[in-house]
Amino acid sequence: MKILTCPMNGPRNINEFQSFGPLKANPDPETTSDQDWARHLFRADNTRGVIVEWWRHVPSNYFFLAERNATTNEVIRTFDPSELEAAQ
Amino acid sequence: MPLRLLKYGLSKDYPVTGDIPATPDLKPSYDVVIVGGGGHGLACAHYLSKYHGITNVAVLEKGYLAGGNTARNTTTIRSNYITKEGIAFYKEGVQLYEEMSEELDFNVMFSQRGQLTLAHTEATLRSFHLRAEMGKHAGTNIEVVDAQTVKELSPHLNMDEGGPLEIIGGLWHSDGGTARHDAVAWGYAAQASRRGVEIHQRTEVEGFDIEAGNITKVRTNRGTISAGQVMIAVGGMNYDMALKAGVELPIRCFPLQAMVTQPLKPWLHTLVSSVSLHTYLVQSSRGEIVIGGGSDPYQLYSTRSTLDMKEHLAEGATHLFPFLHGVRLLRQWAGITDMTPDYSPIMGASPLKNLWLDCGWGTWGFKATPVAGKYMAQTIANQKVAPMLEPFTMERFATFDLLNEMGATAASH
Repeated sequence: MKILTCPMNGPRNINEFQSFGPLKANPDPETTSDQDWARHLFRADNTRGVIVEWWRHVPSNYFFLAERNATTNEVIRTFDPSELEAAQ
Repeated sequence: MPLRLLKYGLSKDYPVTGDIPATPDLKPSYDVVIVGGGGHGLACAHYLSKYHGITNVAVLEKGYLAGGNTARNTTTIRSNYITKEGIAFYKEGVQLYEEMSEELDFNVMFSQRGQLTLAHTEATLRSFHLRAEMGKHAGTNIEVVDAQTVKELSPHLNMDEGGPLEIIGGLWHSDGGTARHDAVAWGYAAQASRRGVEIHQRTEVEGFDIEAGNITKVRTNRGTISAGQVMIAVGGMNYDMALKAGVELPIRCFPLQAMVTQPLKPWLHTLVSSVSLHTYLVQSSRGEIVIGGGSDPYQLYSTRSTLDMKEHLAEGATHLFPFLHGVRLLRQWAGITDMTPDYSPIMGASPLKNLWLDCGWGTWGFKATPVAGKYMAQTIANQKVAPMLEPFTMERFATFDLLNEMGATAASH
């Protein structure tokens, strides 16, 4: 069984979580070209290194972010999205 | 049956000759360089050499022949898709499998035993009706069947009457089948190399030299070569390979796991899959029950197997066929799938003039081996995308002309 550490609920069985894919920048729909908007919708980070991605702890419906190595599957850290906002 | 087989059977000196020549030295230049020695690349080489007279072709394979996703899929061949473009394409794929052993003079063990997809809910049944009508309109053999017919088609099934997973009907696709994956790749490789195509194993593409929107040189670990036209068909490595040419594909990579049981006497006479259980089963010609399901739930570049997925597949398989509970697993494996946002492949042109894409095959590439090879060869020979492939252009993601096959692909087929 693989364990993922939820920032709110602590270490839990990974079956309790749902992956929502890599974090994307939020482009402004008013100023973004159609081409860039399509790119925003259909492309996602697919690098072999560390990706930052959205996860949800399903029973508590809590969304958070994880840094995970997409080749070794090592989870480097998980954190609350507010950290990201604070960093911006 | 090819007559050659019969001759072998009657001969005292069984002629053991290799089908594929040893890897030669690289020449300085080729008309066509195919990156990827899997089923798709080899099929394209076959069609280029046989039907377009192009034999100055190099197939470059990083590992050994057909050792990637050609060897890791579960060899389902079918055309029960939902978009008209998808059905037309996969339908021809099935037809080419029907003729493949003759075409290649190589027994690919195509067994057209039909595919039965099970519905456990009314919602699934409604989607089956849509797929059946789309399929009939396109001229494929497909119909929605009731629970009684399901029982007749696959008598060992646990119908779970009155239970939460009661089988209330099915989608019967009698065109569906399976074939021997190694034989498909070997057959194409043998044919192509007999006509002068060079197959370079253990030859890794490290980069491309690009001038004025054209690939001029392909750099490999065995030397640099000039290329007239280049095709990329490297399965799970497509994203990385295209990036080496500066092309960013709308692809995310997920592992796909499968497993086989110990060999049993023949009892499972159709391909069976369940939408709700995310499990499908087929009995191989060796008697093993091949069990597969959906991709892993998060993206990863790894071919490890996980206990979670084994448990999930075993749970689905033993629910459908409870007597399998005592059967042992023989092997497990995984491949890396290059998933597109709409579950359809990306074929045809790229932003570079002489680079052609045969990518985004996710979990659905094996069945398309011959038809992708045929039309990619036509595309490369004419340097113009074959009409059959036009809907599958990468540009569809910029123009929102998606080909949504999500419901007819992956675990829920």
